[in-house]
Amino acid sequence: MKELLISLNQTQKVRLQAALQHLAELASQVSSSNLAVTVADTIPVNNEDGILKGHGTTEFDGQVVATLCGIVERVNKLVYVRTLRARYKPEVGDIIVGRVIEIAPKRWRLEINFSQDAVLMLQSMNLPDGIQRRRTAVDELNMRSIFEENDVVCAEVRGFQHDGSLHLQARSQKYGKLERGQLLIIPAYLVKRRKQHFHHLEQYGLDLILGCNGFVWIGEHAEPIDSEVLEDRDKIPKDKQRDTPLEVRRNICRISNSVRLLSALGFALSVEAIVDTAEASKSSNVDIKDMLGAEFYVQTAEREVQRRASLLRKKRFV
Amino acid sequence: MEYVSSLTGFRFDGRRPNEMRQIRGEIGVLAKADGSALFEMGNTKVIAAVFGPREVQNKSQQIDNQALVRCEYSMANFSTGDRARKPKGDRNIISYSADHGSKYINTFDASFSGKNLKQIDIFLQVLQADGGTRSACINAATLALADAGIPMRDIVTSCSAGYLCSTPLLDLNYVEDSAGGPDVTVGLLVKMDKMTLLQMDAKLPAEIFTDVMQLAIEGCKAIASYIREVLLENTKTLECMRGS
Repeated sequence: MKELLISLNQTQKVRLQAALQHLAELASQVSSSNLAVTVADTIPVNNEDGILKGHGTTEFDGQVVATLCGIVERVNKLVYVRTLRARYKPEVGDIIVGRVIEIAPKRWRLEINFSQDAVLMLQSMNLPDGIQRRRTAVDELNMRSIFEENDVVCAEVRGFQHDGSLHLQARSQKYGKLERGQLLIIPAYLVKRRKQHFHHLEQYGLDLILGCNGFVWIGEHAEPIDSEVLEDRDKIPKDKQRDTPLEVRRNICRISNSVRLLSALGFALSVEAIVDTAEASKSSNVDIKDMLGAEFYVQTAEREVQRRASLLRKKRFV
Repeated sequence: MEYVSSLTGFRFDGRRPNEMRQIRGEIGVLAKADGSALFEMGNTKVIAAVFGPREVQNKSQQIDNQALVRCEYSMANFSTGDRARKPKGDRNIISYSADHGSKYINTFDASFSGKNLKQIDIFLQVLQADGGTRSACINAATLALADAGIPMRDIVTSCSAGYLCSTPLLDLNYVEDSAGGPDVTVGLLVKMDKMTLLQMDAKLPAEIFTDVMQLAIEGCKAIASYIREVLLENTKTLECMRGS
């Protein structure tokens, strides 16, 4: 929340206050059933039998008690607390973005904002040549040519092993090393699980990856490369390789500033919201650097109020 | 000295004997910490930062099925009335903070729940010291831990009480604290009604001690209800901002 230090003048303060007030009202209209709890609050269950206690709950004196701050969620008989500001909790199949912190025998260790480091095994990722075969000792020695320390990598959660470690896999062209872009780290609760986490923003020539762990990648669009093309590219000397054009760099900054802004306001991130914010900044001639300024901050909050209000109206109409 | 006015029954700073100083808690004051909080009790001001649960950095310290909780406590040089001189040897400071750290850990240990926690670091810094820094630190740490989303069985709060001029006094400030009377600091798991910290550095008759302790417990409960209010407010705001 404190990522941005914004000094608002008096009018802006009043406008922001009004916008936040509106948001609170809208939220109460949308769902009145949301129950917020804090640590050691009793969760009311109507003494039905066979309640299943999920994450963030414990039993004390025959009552269900929350151990976290968050929102109570009920799925059939399961009662659990959905946290807001907490570290990422992996689920199998999540698409995540991480940073390599260590190369160990046959595996990379990745920082993914989880309570432990994630493991990406050499055998659970596609080799650059694209051939399916056993990984040899030579491959193991060449691991650093695939990912080095501090590389940003996109992968999928494979599952927990017996020893409790978290394993990842990258068995597709879309996964792998991410280059030519920016990595933003935002609270994980702002990214919702969707069908699609890879987005190609054609009008900007960008790739946007919303990692479920709150790592957001914004980079120049890269076509999934076939193995033959890759070999050709390797032949080109490093200094002849194409630089990212200035326009694309600007777009990267604009999109990443929208992400920063939305996360500072605490709004859930979606492609639509990010692109809308970027478009709004463009249409009202806001400079990239001014996107993090006070005026646009307030405007974004006000626009969000309108968006949610219209959503609510549509829902009622249907 | 007369710490409680015999005429009006008020204390130096105008409080009644069983009145607490104004408390204020703020969550999320630091950007880079997993959880952070600022807690004020009157003029005492403490900032807390929590990192983790994260991978254990020193593998030899790892404990199975238990979280490794580290705590560092320090006082800013400018926190007291006279600006503290720069310490000569570093070793002194380290042992001091290690000692204090273990005290805080003992206070919290009973309240941590959850199996797969790794390492949790708590950093406490006193920005302004005006008596009751220990209580303020514990309260700040509770807020920061809850903000970091670390599962806890209960909320730990702490409050101090003293006995001066034959009156039990709640929440001593610096002047009252340095009067040399007994100072009872209590840490309480409020819902479970269990005590995690009880400390006194003077002698008191048993029946008076019970009264003083009871007063401190009441203080803890009052702080707990305030802390929960702050946490609930924060949770609601976050959820409402996130939208559905």
